[in-house]
Amino acid sequence: MAELAVPPGIRGRLGNGASGNMGNGDGSPYTPSPASHINKALFGLLMFIGSEIMVFSGMVSSFLILRAGTTTWPPVDQPRLPVAVTGINTLFLLLSGVAMYMAVRSIKRGQSGSLLKWLSGTVALGATFLGIQGFEWFKLVGFGMTFSSSVYGGIFYVLIGFHALHVFGAMLGLLVVVARTSAKKYTKYDCNGVMMCAAYWFFVVGVWPVIYALVYLA
Amino acid sequence: MSEHGNGHAEPTSFLRKYVFSIDHKVIGKQYLFLSLFMALFGGLMAYYMRWQLAWPETAIPGAGWIPEPMAFGGIIPPEFYNALITLHGTIMVFFVGMPLLLGALGNYLVPLMIGADDMAFPRLNMMSFWTITTASLVLMASFFVEGGAASAGWTGYAPLSADPIHTGVGWGLNLWIMALALEFTSFLMGGINFLTTVVTMRVPGMTMFRLPLMVWMQITAAVLFMLSVGPLIAGAILLLLDRTVGTGFFIPERGGDPLLWQHLFWFFGHPEVYVVLLPGLGAIMEILPVFTRRPIFGYKTIVYSTIVAGALSFLVWAHHMFVSGIDPQIVMPFSITTILISVPFAVIIFAFMASLWGGSIRFTTPMLFAIGTIVTFIIGGVTGIFNGSAPVDIFIHDTYFVVAHFHFTLFPDVFLGGFAALYFWFPKMFGKMMNETLGKVHFWWTTITFNMVFIPMFLIGAGGHMRRIYNPLQYDFLKPMQDINIFITWSAVALLVGQLVFIFNFFWSMYRGKKAEDNPWEATTLEWAAAPTPPPHGNFETVPTVYHGPYEYSCPGQETDWQPQHVEKGSVAA
Repeated sequence: MAELAVPPGIRGRLGNGASGNMGNGDGSPYTPSPASHINKALFGLLMFIGSEIMVFSGMVSSFLILRAGTTTWPPVDQPRLPVAVTGINTLFLLLSGVAMYMAVRSIKRGQSGSLLKWLSGTVALGATFLGIQGFEWFKLVGFGMTFSSSVYGGIFYVLIGFHALHVFGAMLGLLVVVARTSAKKYTKYDCNGVMMCAAYWFFVVGVWPVIYALVYLA
Repeated sequence: MSEHGNGHAEPTSFLRKYVFSIDHKVIGKQYLFLSLFMALFGGLMAYYMRWQLAWPETAIPGAGWIPEPMAFGGIIPPEFYNALITLHGTIMVFFVGMPLLLGALGNYLVPLMIGADDMAFPRLNMMSFWTITTASLVLMASFFVEGGAASAGWTGYAPLSADPIHTGVGWGLNLWIMALALEFTSFLMGGINFLTTVVTMRVPGMTMFRLPLMVWMQITAAVLFMLSVGPLIAGAILLLLDRTVGTGFFIPERGGDPLLWQHLFWFFGHPEVYVVLLPGLGAIMEILPVFTRRPIFGYKTIVYSTIVAGALSFLVWAHHMFVSGIDPQIVMPFSITTILISVPFAVIIFAFMASLWGGSIRFTTPMLFAIGTIVTFIIGGVTGIFNGSAPVDIFIHDTYFVVAHFHFTLFPDVFLGGFAALYFWFPKMFGKMMNETLGKVHFWWTTITFNMVFIPMFLIGAGGHMRRIYNPLQYDFLKPMQDINIFITWSAVALLVGQLVFIFNFFWSMYRGKKAEDNPWEATTLEWAAAPTPPPHGNFETVPTVYHGPYEYSCPGQETDWQPQHVEKGSVAA
């Protein structure tokens, strides 16, 4: 197995590029490990997303338990949530997920021009989502719904804010990927950054409909 | 994305080699020293608490240095006592148990055992160590802020923890929450690293069922930790907001629910005890085959039992809350799952016993500690069934019976198991053998005094002695048991003093011990059989190929009674 010569292109396709394998580091022959084709960074990120899903589960459970323990939800003196606007906003976020999917498809086909286009679309839709969220928060605060006005307001801002923070963080990563895309850093075989960014974006998009349904609709 | 575990150059500067090292072996040792250092604090706190319980409100010898208002001339006030119980628990679980068993043993052993040259993400590994070091500093600093250190118990129950008016502790508890958050971040990084390393960096031939059991225990613990810690992180955020911006998630007057904290805490807390337990058992699983000269009994059974126990551990958390006022209808299901979870652990313990059966046992210090772990852990496990059955728990809840129970599980695991592991892997880590005679003295002294401390606690617990009380003499019905309290305290002093034997042996052997061979115990796993002692940067001179399982001892027709994993049967061992 030691003399197995792997061309650079194929190695890249196997995942982590030339460095992802059990190399000896001293130029001795390349020795494949049983699972060396698994992309380390992406695998690590998926593990991280798994733990993040559990943080969200904890928050959603807290929301459900606090709501179950209150006789009138929302409390009479607190504003109702903007269901329709946020519903439209949900569509924007879901569309950004579609744009991200198209971005991944583009780079898989080696079309880096189209990658940049779709990534920019994702950024625009993500920013729209955050903008509308922020605007709605302003209005809610104006109606007297704050962190400490009630448990209703507190858990709303914690849960929705925690998600918004994740969207914001994912946007920062996304902007780095956009910059690297315009600098032509990604190819069909070396697009780890795009894949990781996409995985995280799908996570923040995927968790939102659950939150929307539980907080706004139910 | 340039982080990968292969071929990073050997560092030459002191700082990069010993301080900000990215070598998993150095990081493992850093974790080891951190945990032993924190254990000194945890032990010292135990001593202060025990003295207070035996001779309440008298000046404690060796506490005169503690500044006011923590103590007054060696006499500790109730507030400081509460801080001691809180920090003793927090330190022993999060800053001794986890860094020792996961941080030190996991970091040092996992790459060596799977044949890798380092972890998958060496820089992340370094960051995880420095994060927990920061966490330790934050935790210790909390003693010195206005209002003192956290004093709501290691479980931080709300509303005691949610509003400073209850304990008078302000920033101390905020810092406690932040220290825990940093600690969780550190072990999240570690867990991701362990899993990625084991999944992607095994050498050829190292299939999942040829992994040494220690590796299985480490990755199961990593998965349990990563899946359980999320809800507590959510809870910690909510608790910190309650304390700082005036929300009321856990405060009933403001519409909150104090039970919510307990749910979030114990959803993490119960899997967490297995996170600490499994690597300790993993060390036993490595030690038993080496010193019985036969394969471990039921390798796959142990793996499957561990996974079943891990899955079940997510369904038992409310057994900590039987007297908290939860719906009685959910008490029974949790009672059942709790008693059910003893089945996979009983299977593992029986596998240990069967592994001893018919072996040619070598009674070395690590083996003694391994057997000691099993024997004492059985007492801890069996008493857990009492706690798990709701009707009994209603009586013994929050008594010293519970204190005795969890010390009988965690002490054997963290300390006896940890000592077994240290005596066993010390030669590989430091290139020297530890002194056997001192090791045996240490074993007998520790095991006997440990039992003298905690067996009487079952008695006083059954007699109704509450835990977390400052002065037992305030209660008439506890006065007849005060002699037992005094006996426990003397035993605890003996237990703590006995550890000096270990500390001496540890440092003396590091410098003056007999030089260790590559494979002094005649073991089969890669870290012993394939790596030099101590392993160089990059661990292996050539990448080993694995031909069979980890515990091939006493195979018929072979020259030696151990068959290293990287040596094909039939060929002569190198």
